[in-house]
Amino acid sequence: MEQELGRCVASWCPGATGVVGAAKLSGGASQETWSFDIVRPGGNIGAILRRAPPGYGASPSRAAGLDAEATLMQLAHDAGLPSPRVMHVLTPQDEFGTGFIMQRIEGETIARKILRDAQFAKARPVLARQLGKVAAGIHGLPASKLPKLRQMTATREIADLEREYRSFDWPRPVFELALRWLGDHDPGPPQEVTLVHGDFRHGNLIIGPEGLRAVLDWELAHLGDPMEDLGWICVNSWRFGEIDKPVGGFGSREELFAGYEQGGRRADPDRVKFWEVMGTLRWGVMCCGMMQRFRAGPDHSMERAMIGRRSSETEIDLLRLLAPRGN
Amino acid sequence: MQDEPTPTELIKAVADFLRNEITPVIKGHNAFKLRVGINALDLVTRQLALAPDGDAAEATRLSQLLGLQGPLGELNRALADRIAKGEMDLQTPGLSDHLWQTTMDKLAVDQPNYASYKRELESKGG
Repeated sequence: MEQELGRCVASWCPGATGVVGAAKLSGGASQETWSFDIVRPGGNIGAILRRAPPGYGASPSRAAGLDAEATLMQLAHDAGLPSPRVMHVLTPQDEFGTGFIMQRIEGETIARKILRDAQFAKARPVLARQLGKVAAGIHGLPASKLPKLRQMTATREIADLEREYRSFDWPRPVFELALRWLGDHDPGPPQEVTLVHGDFRHGNLIIGPEGLRAVLDWELAHLGDPMEDLGWICVNSWRFGEIDKPVGGFGSREELFAGYEQGGRRADPDRVKFWEVMGTLRWGVMCCGMMQRFRAGPDHSMERAMIGRRSSETEIDLLRLLAPRGN
Repeated sequence: MQDEPTPTELIKAVADFLRNEITPVIKGHNAFKLRVGINALDLVTRQLALAPDGDAAEATRLSQLLGLQGPLGELNRALADRIAKGEMDLQTPGLSDHLWQTTMDKLAVDQPNYASYKRELESKGG
């Protein structure tokens, strides 16, 4: 891999003499993420490759596609948002599949460390506001420069979730209740359709001791209701036990909304709540999907099986949202 | 009739061995997988202990709520169906209590350390 990467890098990175320290960070058959260092006389550059290997061009239907991800990341970077610089988009001449190489940003993505480790003590109180401001920046990226993306509405999202849930053929009265609630509270089209990051939560945020360093993973980016991103970051599943701090387990909705306003946009708390319920149900349906894939194989892993048993967590969270017991 | 030890005793013995003897000598990704495996065994132990009473109580509540008799799976399907059609909702007497009790019983097996569950348990004494 290092030789192949070295050849690729030499073609566009001036002075690059090779690549060291290549390590696969994640990946299934169709998409991989690699970390490596580009060796240069003036000093090494930390880099990340995200690619679909040759032969795996098509992405799943919800995915924006790697080219779109690269464009969005670069747009965000150019707009001054915390986002890695894209150094190279793979071309057919690279014979390396499709994807892109970006600058590696050091920091932490693991929620439990961010929420508990002493080194992030100063970051935690400022993160909710920072995320609000950055979300406003993402939603404000100019429509004319965006790549082609799928357009989603609340109505279509409810229908997608319902279809997926029904395909499992396993009755869940709490999910039914949530689907009814969503249908009854569908807020309709937003005042302004914007870019939506689509997966704005722990795991996709690089955090340093001073705060947010980068937003990653634009795979689920689409056009839609900007309040979706604010609702998703409030889903209880991303609070990792800190349930009284709705924004990622580190902050309040008020701080998130204040940051959003500082970024030049106004949050709509009712719509945010709607998307929080939607997000909670979505994560629950995703957990059920893991169980299905565990059963169908080929990934017959304990982890997948046990994630299936986490869908009940979203049921209690849905009840806390929709039928609170007044405690 | 099968002999002793019971499934619960066997699983618990294996889980304790993995937890106490193997965990200290495993590192890296396999340590993570080992933890997931031990969690799975603990979950099975809780299910074997709690599910018979929980399922029976759930079936009794469902029969009352729906005015139907039948296996638990069929009753749940009937309830899901009525909620989907809007024939039952949170205004239906007993529905909210039933969903809460059923969900609390699931969490007691699946994730008794889940923060939302612990909060609800504290505030309602179960």
